[in-house]
Amino acid sequence: MAQADLSFNSPVAPHGHPDKWKWYHYFTFNVDHKVIGIQYLVTSFLFYLVGGFMAVMLRTELATPDSDFLSPELYNAFLTNHGTIMIFLWIVPAAIGGFGNYLIPLMIGARDMAFPKLNAIAFWLNPPAGALLLGSFYFGGAQAGWTSYPPLSEITANAAQTLWILAIVLVGTSSILGSVNFLVTIWKMRVPSMKWDQIPLFCWAMVATSILALFSTPVLAAGLILLLFDINFGTSFFKPDAGGNVVVYQHLFWFYSHPAVYLMILPIFGIMSEVIPVHARKPIFGYKAIAYSSLTICLVGLFVWVHHMFTSGTPPWMRIFFTISTLIVAVPTGIKIFSWVATLWGGKIRYTTAMLFAVGLLSMFVFGGLSGVTLGTAPFDIHVHDTYYVVGHFHYVLFGGSVFGIYSAVYHWFPKITGRMLNEPLGKIHFVLTFIGTILTFTPMHALGMQGMPRRVAMYDAQFTDLNQLVTVGAYILAVSVIPFYINVLWSWSKGQKAGDNPWNALTLEWTTASPPIIENWDVLPVVTHGPYEYGHEPEEELETVS
Amino acid sequence: MQQIPAPLWTLVIGIVVTLISLWYGQNNNLLPVQASEQAPLVDDFFNVMVTIGTALFIVVQGTIIYSLIRFRRRKGDDTDGLPIEGNLPLEAFWTAIPAIIVVGLGLYSVVVFQDMGGFAPGGHHHGGMMMAQAPQHEMVDVGSPMLAQAGEGGSRQVYGFGASPMVEGNRPDLTVNVTGMQYAWIFRYPDTAIVDGELHVPVGQDVQLLIEAQDVIHSFWVPQFRLKQDALPGQPAELRFVATKEGTYPVVCAELCGAYHGGMRTQVIVHSLEDYAAWEASRVAELPGAAETVAVNPATMTDAEYLTQIAQDIPIEATQIAQLARLSNP
Amino acid sequence: MQGTVDSATPTVVHEEHQDLRVLGLLTFLASEFLMFAGFFAVFLVFRSSIAEWPPKETEVELLLPAVNTVILVSSSLVINLGTKAIKQNDLAKMRLWFGITAAMGAVFLVGQVYEYLTLGYGLKTNLFSNCFYLMTGFHGAHVFIGLLLILGVLWRSRRAGHYNDITHTGPEMAEIYWHFVDVVWIVLFTLIYVLTLF
Ligand code: HEA
Ligand code: HEA
Ligand code: CUA
Ligand SMILES: [Cu+2]
Repeated sequence: MAQADLSFNSPVAPHGHPDKWKWYHYFTFNVDHKVIGIQYLVTSFLFYLVGGFMAVMLRTELATPDSDFLSPELYNAFLTNHGTIMIFLWIVPAAIGGFGNYLIPLMIGARDMAFPKLNAIAFWLNPPAGALLLGSFYFGGAQAGWTSYPPLSEITANAAQTLWILAIVLVGTSSILGSVNFLVTIWKMRVPSMKWDQIPLFCWAMVATSILALFSTPVLAAGLILLLFDINFGTSFFKPDAGGNVVVYQHLFWFYSHPAVYLMILPIFGIMSEVIPVHARKPIFGYKAIAYSSLTICLVGLFVWVHHMFTSGTPPWMRIFFTISTLIVAVPTGIKIFSWVATLWGGKIRYTTAMLFAVGLLSMFVFGGLSGVTLGTAPFDIHVHDTYYVVGHFHYVLFGGSVFGIYSAVYHWFPKITGRMLNEPLGKIHFVLTFIGTILTFTPMHALGMQGMPRRVAMYDAQFTDLNQLVTVGAYILAVSVIPFYINVLWSWSKGQKAGDNPWNALTLEWTTASPPIIENWDVLPVVTHGPYEYGHEPEEELETVS
Repeated sequence: MQQIPAPLWTLVIGIVVTLISLWYGQNNNLLPVQASEQAPLVDDFFNVMVTIGTALFIVVQGTIIYSLIRFRRRKGDDTDGLPIEGNLPLEAFWTAIPAIIVVGLGLYSVVVFQDMGGFAPGGHHHGGMMMAQAPQHEMVDVGSPMLAQAGEGGSRQVYGFGASPMVEGNRPDLTVNVTGMQYAWIFRYPDTAIVDGELHVPVGQDVQLLIEAQDVIHSFWVPQFRLKQDALPGQPAELRFVATKEGTYPVVCAELCGAYHGGMRTQVIVHSLEDYAAWEASRVAELPGAAETVAVNPATMTDAEYLTQIAQDIPIEATQIAQLARLSNP
Repeated sequence: MQGTVDSATPTVVHEEHQDLRVLGLLTFLASEFLMFAGFFAVFLVFRSSIAEWPPKETEVELLLPAVNTVILVSSSLVINLGTKAIKQNDLAKMRLWFGITAAMGAVFLVGQVYEYLTLGYGLKTNLFSNCFYLMTGFHGAHVFIGLLLILGVLWRSRRAGHYNDITHTGPEMAEIYWHFVDVVWIVLFTLIYVLTLF
């Protein structure tokens, strides 16, 4: 049933490391890709709580129209750091750093990444970045939003803003180093028997993600360096009274940060392509279309950034050009969505928690994507830009998309990573709470925005009270929803039911090794005999390639 | 189900989905009152998108739910599903349909954008007419030295929405200079030297706002007009509109501009022509030296004094003003 | 399932890592170039939107940078001779050429510092000087790193047999990095210096 065949009879001579990592090895500069993957995952799940805590604070403030719970400065600090932490210390490290590092070598039959040391360095840039962000609260916290537009970002909380910039530069560097590693690994480290069209789709998604990160992140670095100089060294790139130009920053920022949103969804798309076939017991529908559409999204995604600036200093031709380029992204994304739905069609769908989150993601993401398309048109975006409509859109794609995807991935690969199953009933409670909470929290936001509620406000017009309270209730449900999840993970890690090598009967290579995998992944590298998703073929046919 | 052929089912479902989508597209009631000439254009466009979106949403969700029920694993069945790996015509179909939709939406948005006046912001600035009409020094007084620069250059890009094709070439009936500052809007009427914290405009008249920011970026938004334009320090912007409905609407700052960004709200009052004339006359009469160009000269006041002064006209609470004053003058 | 054993590794369990560092470096530099591209774009925006660019009080000096450019560009040829030499297993020649390259790089940096000192305006003077110092400064920092790489190669080459016609990734990477620094400089020189002539 496996994608490859193995020989179990050659004992390994250790390569200068113990047979098994001890717990403290996970707190050191360890170059094993699996350790690094776990390091990324655990850190990011911790930061998720911190970012979530801030969100809960925001929502508590917004339960009433007046600014009465947090001071407005603190509100803005929480808002800024909520966005920053969720993006840079939660989704990006969890999806790219965590699953990327853990899975890629296992999926392509490699013993490790191409540059293990670089990989460890990339991880260890993250904790200090988190420390800088949290430490910035000592100086009041950065308060200019995760976008940090000057001149506001240059005149409020300078010390905190400086720390914020340094933190982002650190995670940016981490992401560039990581991407170099992923690209070279997937390109050069595959087992020789694996052809390009036998690479699991998650790896294709990571290729697209890495290219995107490589091309966009340095531009953000350039923008932030200029901002840093403006704040601390007396330059005036973005200071209008000295001839500087505030809109230039916005271009530099969004040239990165639009692609950044695809950085947060492409790996998730990859996860979808892995989870759905396994739990629907069907080959993925349209392998090539899904692989190429990732690359198309990556390419088109580099040329849509101005859709965040339709009401800014943007000349008419740009508004039109970027309207059209933005809309085009719907086509390759649609191809993926339809292919996954087609993969469900005719399958033998198992209602595992992993599958529930994957299907939940499908429905959430379609909604968020469609609202994204409405935002993509300049005439309508003029009205809803910088309102809760946008907040609704991006939480649908980020929470309903990326976070659902990460959950799905955890339920799917937890057995591989720890050797134990997660508890399914608890998982289902987690799913139901998350699903309801998401709809309740993020749907009313669209209406609020259209009716006239701007985003990033600590105080709002009293006419919006009811819907805001509904949103706040939803947010509390979401906060509760993580409890069964964290309990489940903590408990199952040591006490869960033993998983075996391949509890889902999946075909990709990572399932051919032990759970958890041994230190260099395989005693003897597997040989690829067929594609990664060949479910439903006659079992005899498969066995016949063996021996 | 066995008796009814599949194409018939498809047809029925198609009709039902279309009807629901059309209905919801027209009856979503998500947008507030329409009070400008641009508003119906935007709303019609939005409703078309809602119609298409609803249809797509129902089709995709419907298929998902149907598959989940129909193709669930039955107890004891450990076999795999059908080994279908693709279907070229189907894939071509679901690539082509979205492509056609987005091209259509793209073209439609260009048309709407054009009708809203998106292609003509700053149309008059280059001739110097607007700038000459609005005396320079006066604008510089309250707010920014930047507008002066903008005037000098003459040909700097002006952002926003200008004259719609219908009134292109016409001069606006009323021009108001709008300055955003932490955390208030200031409206100056160059023709009459009125300065106010609220925007008063006559209904049915062609109004032009010249928007500037003094300190950080703000964003001028009137939800009922469906118009928004960032007020950028150092870069002039314009919004031109015809208000179509008398009433009082909120003016909201939509760009994060500091701690009290959420409090940066005021109103636009759309008067009938007579009321507007009366308002204008009464305000002009109030001016200390009605003949002088500059009535209130905030340049000589501290920000706090100035804010307290304009606060009389702004319906915000006294505590908030105190906060504002404290904030802008620590 | 008995399975087949990977043909590439029937006996060797721990196959050596392929040396992919050159590939990695190239990918990284492609990315790094975009950071400079960001700076270039900002420079061009200002240049096109501000009437007097560079302003009178901050005109650039031309002669010294031109000489510097010649030095840096020719050093790229020199370092290439160095890696060619090691590919023919000629360690002494490689050390010679790398030494000359390092000297040229150092001269470039000294020239730049001299330029900074004699220009008469600083980072904060105006928008042009902001761009000028930031861009040349960042490039200078890269030259410095390149210099360290070259010196590192020289240091290691003292060990007998460390570099030879088969293993010479170190010198190769130093060369690539040095070319990168060179290419960035050529664009930078064109933007900041040459364009002011027009
Ligand atoms: C995971 C992250 C993610 C993803 C995937 C997306 C996806 C998309 N986003 Fe979103 N977006 C964000 C995260 C994301 N976004 C964030 C964080 C912000 C706010 C930043 C800030 O200001 O703080 C934002 C803001 C944002 C804006 C700016 C709004 C504003 O500030 O005024 C716009 C405007 O164009 C936009 C558009 C889109 C589009 C067109 C897509 C498309 O990729 C969606 C494509 C998907 C579909 C369309 C659905 C499936 C397709 C079909 C079923 C096929 C048929 C469909 C059609 C024919 C329409 N997004
Ligand atoms: C992946 C990204 C991501 C995720 C997952 C979330 C998750 C959530 N977000 Fe966030 N959000 C952003 C990205 C994200 N957000 C971004 C980019 C912005 C824009 C910022 C800006 O404008 O600059 C934003 C802004 C934003 C706003 C707008 C604020 C404003 O404009 O004024 C709001 C308001 O409701 C909000 C709410 C929420 C809620 C309720 C959740 C919930 O899903 C969270 C649920 C909570 C948890 C799952 C954790 C609960 C845990 C505890 C309560 C325990 C705490 C304990 C300890 C600390 C140990 N978010
Ligand atoms: Cu002014 Cu927000
Ligand atoms: Cu975007």
